[in-house]
Amino acid sequence: MARGTTAESRTGITRRRFLTAAGAGVAGAALAPLASPWPRVSRAQGAVRLTHGKLVIGIINDQSGVYADLAGLKAVEAVKMAVEDFQKKYGQNAVGGPIEVISADHQNKPDLGSAKAQEFYDRDGASMIVGVDTSSVGLAVANVAAQKRKIHINVGAATSALTNDNCNKYTFHYAYDTVMLANGTATEVTRKIGKNWYIVYPNYAFGQDMNRSFTRAIQKAGGKVLLADATPFPNDDFSTYLIKARGMRPLLNIVGTMHAGQDLVNFVKQYNEFGLRKQGLNLAIGLLFLSDIHSLGVQAYQGTLYTTAWEWSMDRQAREWADRFLARTKVRPTFVMAGDYSATWQYLEAVRRAGTDDSEKVVAALEGYRFSDFFIRNGGIRKQDHLVVHDAYLARVKAPNEVKEPWDYVEIVSKIPAREAFLPLSQSTCKMGA
Amino acid sequence: MENVLLQAFNGLINGAFYALLSLGLAVIFGMLRVLNFMHGALYMLGAFGAYLLTAELGLSFWWALVVSPLAVAAVGFLLERVFLRWLYDLDPLYNLLLTFGLALAIQDGMRLRFGMQGVPYSAPPQLQGALQIGVMFFPTYRLFVLAFSVLVCLGTWWVIERTRVGMVIRAATEKPMLTRALGIDVDRWIPPVFAFGVALAGLAGVLAAPMRNVSPLMGADLIITTFAIVVIGGMGSILGSVVTGFIVGVAAALGAVYYPPIANTLVFILMALVLLLRPQGLFGSAEAG
Repeated sequence: MARGTTAESRTGITRRRFLTAAGAGVAGAALAPLASPWPRVSRAQGAVRLTHGKLVIGIINDQSGVYADLAGLKAVEAVKMAVEDFQKKYGQNAVGGPIEVISADHQNKPDLGSAKAQEFYDRDGASMIVGVDTSSVGLAVANVAAQKRKIHINVGAATSALTNDNCNKYTFHYAYDTVMLANGTATEVTRKIGKNWYIVYPNYAFGQDMNRSFTRAIQKAGGKVLLADATPFPNDDFSTYLIKARGMRPLLNIVGTMHAGQDLVNFVKQYNEFGLRKQGLNLAIGLLFLSDIHSLGVQAYQGTLYTTAWEWSMDRQAREWADRFLARTKVRPTFVMAGDYSATWQYLEAVRRAGTDDSEKVVAALEGYRFSDFFIRNGGIRKQDHLVVHDAYLARVKAPNEVKEPWDYVEIVSKIPAREAFLPLSQSTCKMGA
Repeated sequence: MENVLLQAFNGLINGAFYALLSLGLAVIFGMLRVLNFMHGALYMLGAFGAYLLTAELGLSFWWALVVSPLAVAAVGFLLERVFLRWLYDLDPLYNLLLTFGLALAIQDGMRLRFGMQGVPYSAPPQLQGALQIGVMFFPTYRLFVLAFSVLVCLGTWWVIERTRVGMVIRAATEKPMLTRALGIDVDRWIPPVFAFGVALAGLAGVLAAPMRNVSPLMGADLIITTFAIVVIGGMGSILGSVVTGFIVGVAAALGAVYYPPIANTLVFILMALVLLLRPQGLFGSAEAG
């Protein structure tokens, strides 16, 4: 798949490459004397000088495994759409050369993700890799980015390690992380619904990180975690844990699942089967995507509170974009798909501001940048840890009778302002070497 | 204590799935000497069969319970006639690789058509809700699954132990050459036995659909556990596969209560122990192993 895209775009490039390179050379030479006194002016006119005459953006994500529906090939479309829209807005020469999008499937394997990232940066000349769901793979790609001194903007992975212990100068974390999910869901549910939690989480990097973040947030909100169980991953039967939960009544009131993808669907299906909600055990879900609700139907999730980075129906701006996405892909976007589009767009903007695709300069253009778009609201890219902070939302899954159109599953309950949604800088453990 | 009993009982239900699946595997291995690696994929087809019958044709769960396993049996019959039968004379490894390849092809085919996330399927209205039995409170559907699969296992056992057809199968399983020498056409029984074995997988799939996520990879991990169960029970042993299925179900459930990380590993520890101490399996005769 990746190879096809690359080869196809390459044939067209050789011819154009010469022209654009020549064009950029002339433009660059003409503007060179002006560039130093008035850098802003010359950059705004789009005089970008690309190191290799073209800009290559890679997207790596799960295209065939358990997370394929939350981003996958639809997210690849989102990135392509961002590039096309960008060129529509700023012209074909928006970044001083053609923009190529290449993609690969990491199959949720860190070694494969890391190999693909090396290939993209070294052989295909990618200057930025976006996407990369699955925490373990995200961390692997971030390491490659640091080694190769090339940019990685992670949208799909949840682990907060990307901007803490494992942070690096070339990696940015864009849409959400485990701390944001916990700050929203754990805090709100503890305050409004119940104080005593039973956490069930999958036993790998993501689940363990979620368990830690949730436990911290629950305790801070005055709640208590009675028990936390790590389940094998993957797992298709959770009845044992559900029976355990029943046994913990009447003290227990919240069953919190930190599972994702297929495991989450199994968990929720069996939670409903055991009728726990009727017995006073409410369900809290750590991480929920639109695609999860779509596959099981709203009925299974109705009333569930969770935290999201974005929802397509949340306002006009979001909906307008989602309409165009629907026309193109036949589905409504998850927040990861929207995030991949937005991250690509903001990267391209940064290239224009920097006047080059040189990593050091683009990193400088991204750091400390404040912005809003259809996806990110009140956003800012923290210089110290490269976390993209922005407004997050507490959401509720609608009841079947509230659904007004296809994919209309979610209602935004409240906004969590950017400064409260994420880990405060003072608590970050990120030490970014130069 | 009440909770432990409840957990053990719940383990029986997972055990019922293992029993149905490993029973099918054992029957197939006994008769054909084929390690059917696409068993998990056919289990998945059974579940999707139920989904399609309901979503496309509006048929109820009860129809699906009959029609879907038959459809899976037909698929199995076809695959056996077109692919498997050419490799019986070669090393069993060839058929293992072939069925493994077919499993991947079936799973990927379904993935292309239905995506990864899975499709919704709920229990029939008659079986929704939960029942109070003594001190136990249990989903009605799970009780049905347990009762139904015990009946199917008993039925299969009866056919194999008490009927003439079963006699042929047993004879062909234990001494194929001798059975042939007595003038019994063993080959004639191979396709229907294979179809029956995979129908059991399809049936397990239909039963799983209301409890588990119906998705293309739902059988991919299950098959490994099922093979371990067949090995523990004794390759080709009908009784062994069923009893071990239930034992493993209960052991995994209790494991998850006391030490969750061990739940899915327990079966492999058990397998290692059995292979060390009694290589022919708990119920296998030294010869058949």
